[in-house]
Amino acid sequence: MSGILTAVVLVVAIGLIVGLVLAVASILMAVPVDEKAVAIEEQLPGANCGACGFSGCSGYAAALSKGEAKLGLCSVGGQAVADAIAPIIGADSVETIPQTAVVHCNGSDDNTSKGMRYQGIESCLAATQLYAGMGDCSYGCIGFGDCMKACEYNAITVCNGVAAVNSNLCRACGACVKACPKGLIRIEPKKPHAVVKCSNCDKGALTRKSCKVGCIGCMKCVKVCENGAVKVENFHAIIDPDKCTGCGKCAEGCPQSIIEMMFV
Amino acid sequence: MSFTNLVGIFLAAILTENYILVKFFGICPFLGVSKKLNTALGMSAAVTFVMVLATAVTWPIYTYLLVPNELDYLQTIVFILVIAGLVQLVEIVMKKYMPPLYNALGIYLPLITTNCAVLGVTMLVLDKGASDASFGYVASLVNAFGAGIGFLVAMIMFAGVRERLENCDIPKSLQGLPITLVAAALVACSFLGFSGIVDKLLV
Repeated sequence: MSGILTAVVLVVAIGLIVGLVLAVASILMAVPVDEKAVAIEEQLPGANCGACGFSGCSGYAAALSKGEAKLGLCSVGGQAVADAIAPIIGADSVETIPQTAVVHCNGSDDNTSKGMRYQGIESCLAATQLYAGMGDCSYGCIGFGDCMKACEYNAITVCNGVAAVNSNLCRACGACVKACPKGLIRIEPKKPHAVVKCSNCDKGALTRKSCKVGCIGCMKCVKVCENGAVKVENFHAIIDPDKCTGCGKCAEGCPQSIIEMMFV
Repeated sequence: MSFTNLVGIFLAAILTENYILVKFFGICPFLGVSKKLNTALGMSAAVTFVMVLATAVTWPIYTYLLVPNELDYLQTIVFILVIAGLVQLVEIVMKKYMPPLYNALGIYLPLITTNCAVLGVTMLVLDKGASDASFGYVASLVNAFGAGIGFLVAMIMFAGVRERLENCDIPKSLQGLPITLVAAALVACSFLGFSGIVDKLLV
């Protein structure tokens, strides 16, 4: 009987001592918790995607509570989250333009062809390692869907050999931007604007051979644009979505019909 | 206990008695945290720290509290209690004084509470002490430190193996955990080669 008693007493005593030490330690070493940051983090979507530029939702919340970050950086939460956080940090809410990922390539199987037969791992990253992929155009979409696999919201499908973003499902987290080995995907605002559906850096003549809908860098769009939103770099046009007003003149003048008006 | 003996114990704990690859303790963090090299390093550092600290506390408790009262059958319960408390204490102290390390280790720290490698190190060292009277407190601590370094070696080696596995064309039925277990078995086999090497130092 006494054996059991000593056992119980001993274990209880050790438990009490450990508990006491922990209790004292937690009081002595208490770290002040930022209540504001906790409240903000509750409002954030918790996707931890890093689209805001911080390590995760808690990182953004901490920066917001200290006033080091701007409101409305959370593209996943969008306007609703910005409105919810504004009263917590005592600031006026800002208007956020919802954003979406845009694929800058239109090289579907109808428009370009595969110069090589590829039998390796079915991933864009792996295919890129071998002669920049199997397509005729070495800058275009490979079509194995690394972006599709990276997307947590099922917003990307590979359709006829080229990736397409469903902008209604896209939360602009930027996971696909990181996943695309060709750098074809960019995050752009969801407002009426023109998009160049090509990223080919070859000279016009070469581009024409590899793809029916490649940008040849003819500069027509640059001349026709009234806002200076278009520039040609590395033999293909680039449109700054912030400057673009969505007038559509560049799309009308494009001889290759590769400029597409989005969200009009 | 001479210095050579301590070196022998240390090497034995790393190579011939590696707690993961020879004794198969702590397989859960071994498979769970070895995906990337830097997390594997952080986890191993935390485990090593807790192993030494836990041995430092449990050995006196066992020798001076449990054995005199003929309560050595309680070692499992008492050790778990003490290790869990220790890990919590380490966490509190770390949060206060080393926030970067605390953030880096994150969830791994509380996970160590339920790590059987830590419990294994503290308990198996008592069996050694029972069969060899010279295997005292210092030897136990050296053994615990060696066990932690052994954990580190195993984790780093396996993290390297897994990073290479990422880029392999693996048959569908073996993808994920199956191929990881096959790889773990092969790495464990390689550690058989060490058996017998360090034993000479211990004599």
